[in-house]
This record gives sequence, C-alpha cells and structure tokens, in this order.
Amino acid sequence: MKTVDARGYSCPEPVIMTQNAVKEGLPVTILVDSMTPVKNISRFAGNKGLKMSYTETDEGDFEIVLE
Amino acid sequence: MAKEKKTLIILTGAIVGIAAVLLVKLGNPPNMGFCIACFIRDTAGALKLHSAPVVQYARPEIIGMILGAFAMALAGKEFNVRGGSSPMTRFVLAFFVMVGALMFLGCPLRMVLRLAGGDLNALIGLVGFACGILVGIAFLKKGFTLKKSVKLGTLEGAMMPVIVTVLFVILVAFPSLLVFSEEGPGSKRAPIFVALIVGLVVGALAQKTRLCMVGGIRDAVLFKDFYLLTGFAAIFVAALVGNFAMGAFHAGFEGQPIAHNDFVWNFLGMALCGLGSVLLGGCPLRQCILSGTGNADSAVAVLGMLVGAAFCHNFGMASSADGPTAHGKVGVIVGLIVVLVIAVMNSQKKEA
Repeated sequence: MKTVDARGYSCPEPVIMTQNAVKEGLPVTILVDSMTPVKNISRFAGNKGLKMSYTETDEGDFEIVLE
Repeated sequence: MAKEKKTLIILTGAIVGIAAVLLVKLGNPPNMGFCIACFIRDTAGALKLHSAPVVQYARPEIIGMILGAFAMALAGKEFNVRGGSSPMTRFVLAFFVMVGALMFLGCPLRMVLRLAGGDLNALIGLVGFACGILVGIAFLKKGFTLKKSVKLGTLEGAMMPVIVTVLFVILVAFPSLLVFSEEGPGSKRAPIFVALIVGLVVGALAQKTRLCMVGGIRDAVLFKDFYLLTGFAAIFVAALVGNFAMGAFHAGFEGQPIAHNDFVWNFLGMALCGLGSVLLGGCPLRQCILSGTGNADSAVAVLGMLVGAAFCHNFGMASSADGPTAHGKVGVIVGLIVVLVIAVMNSQKKEA
C-alpha cells in the first residue's frame, strides 16, 4: 500500500499530498501529526466518496487509511 | 459528524460577528471589533516598538485569543509543540502580510467586518485578497512548501501563552510601563476584562473550528471544501445584522471609518496580505490561534507581524484615512516581489 508521510507539513499540504496520492490509486495510507489534517482529509474523503479510517499511533501521530 | 461540525463553525462565525459589533458599541474603533493586524499594531505601539501616538494600546482581545486557543488545545489534547518549518521565511512573509494589511487598514477579518458595516472599499480589498489567494494556490499546486516542522519540547510551545500572560499582567498591574493613545483609534477601547473574555471565547472557538479567513477561499477553490468559508460567511451575516440593529450600517466608499478609498492600493494591499497568508498556511487570526497551541512557526509569524507593524509606522508605510503613503506603496511593491521570490524558490518539485 502506498504511504504518504505528511507529518510536519502545514495546512493545506497534507491534503494536497493526499489528493496527489489518491490520483495514483487506492488504497493510500497517510501519516499526519495532528487532528487538523485528520479533519481536513476526512472532509476531502467525504467529498470524494472515499472510505476513511484512522488510528492514533504510539507516538501521538495519526495513521489514516483511504480506500 | 460533518453536519455537526458545520453547526459549530457557523455558531463560531456568528459569535465573532456579533462580538465584533458589541465591542465597537463598548468602545472599540468603528468596524474594528476585531482586527488582528490593527491590534498587533496597537500592541507594538504600547510596547514602544513604534511611536505613532494614535495607535498604541496592548489589546486584550489578542491576548485573550491566544490564551483561549491555548486552553482549548490543552482541554482537547491538541496542544502539539512543533516548529522549525522555515522560521525566518515565515517571519518575512508575516512582516509583509502586515505591510499589505496596513496599506488596506485591516486584516482579512476586519475586511469582512468593514464590509458588514457598509464600507464598500472592503469589497475592492476582498477582490484583491481573493486574487492573492489564487496566486498562492497556483504555487501550492506547483509543490510550494516551507518544509517539515519537527516535534519540540513543551517549553517552546508554552512561550507565546506565557509571554501574552505577562503582557496582560503588565497591562493590568503596571500600565505605566506601556504607552496608551490619548486620541485616535488606539484611544478607543472596550473595557479590559470584557475584551479579554471575548478574546478567550473567540480564541477557544477558533481553535476548535480552525476558523481561517484565507483558508475559506483556499479550500473552496482547491478542494471544493466549503467548511471554512461557511465561518467566513457567518461572520459577515452576523456582523451585518448586528450593524443594522445598532444603526451602524452606512453603505458607501467615502468617509468610511479608519479606511481610505484608493482602489488600486486597497486591492494591492490585500492581494499581498492574501498571498502571504496562503504561503504561511493561514490568515493573521489563524496564526495567532496556532501560536497558542504549541505551533512555534506561527509564533514566529506573530512576531513577524509585530515587527512589520512597527516598521510600517516607523517608516511611514501605514495608510491612514487620508490614504496610502508613498513609502507604503513602495513597501507593498517590495513585499509583492519578496513574497513572489519566496513562492518561486520554495516551489521546486521534489521527487515525483
């Protein structure tokens, strides 16, 4: 599965990185470091009709899966 | 869940809009219930970073917003200390965001509030602002990035909340250390604790909802995501209704409070402000909010705005009701060039 590491990038770069990755095919895993990109990507997924799930990692980051 | 979230941002926008009208009623300058640029500029004056006598006051609204965001971030476990994403570039971008805002006489938030007060010059500003954002979006699409931030220690993230707390203590307990305007916009102020509390509430809500003026237009264009734009619209509608209720709505271009009607420079000032804000990742309001939530890069941006505001007054670049100044025009042109160079230099496509 393709993984995008968007940790540390400021708004709206994680969504742009997600958008680019999704164009290349699903499923995609995205790593982000706060709830802001989680919510932004969740709205992006909602608009595109993608299924999204996320889990918090041990380091306090978030791993999002889009399919 | 998405539905519920939109309710909160509409509510937040409505509270900001109504609070802005009430703050004016309670003493703030007209159409300036909130203005991040003006209030940072006033604070720079209070701290003697500039000596323009009419714009000096440590605005409790700004202090409250940063502390409200800080409290909400702690409560929501979203206090996330990060920094190191091109701090010096962010400082310079923020400096010129302020130069653009003080050409127009208002940050994007005050632009909306001016519009809601009937100041049609703000419409020209809005067009400029949107154009600046569109140019910024083109660079984002080309891969513009200020590079990654890294996790930092708690103390780094606590700096800004601590600094503004100290400022508030000085304001209340040792005001003689600061300078206060006796006339002009800086002398018009809502009661300290009302302003602080309004700031706290708005800061907390803005943190929770991620309210951002520049993000509204950006996300709508870039992702067809209208979430943030809804907040922007709610502020306008609430302030418009509030102004009508208070009899404070006066439509026109001429004689608007703390505004000038030079179309070209209102347009260019806000274009610079919009472009710089997109590259920073958020409008001046959003930078203040983030600076309270552990974002050291945004804290640097707030300092960039503070210094930018001081330079604007020390070097005669800030506009007044009489219109823009020659120095201000040079500042905006230089700003546009510098910001475009930063945009180009950081847009090289990496890998593939």
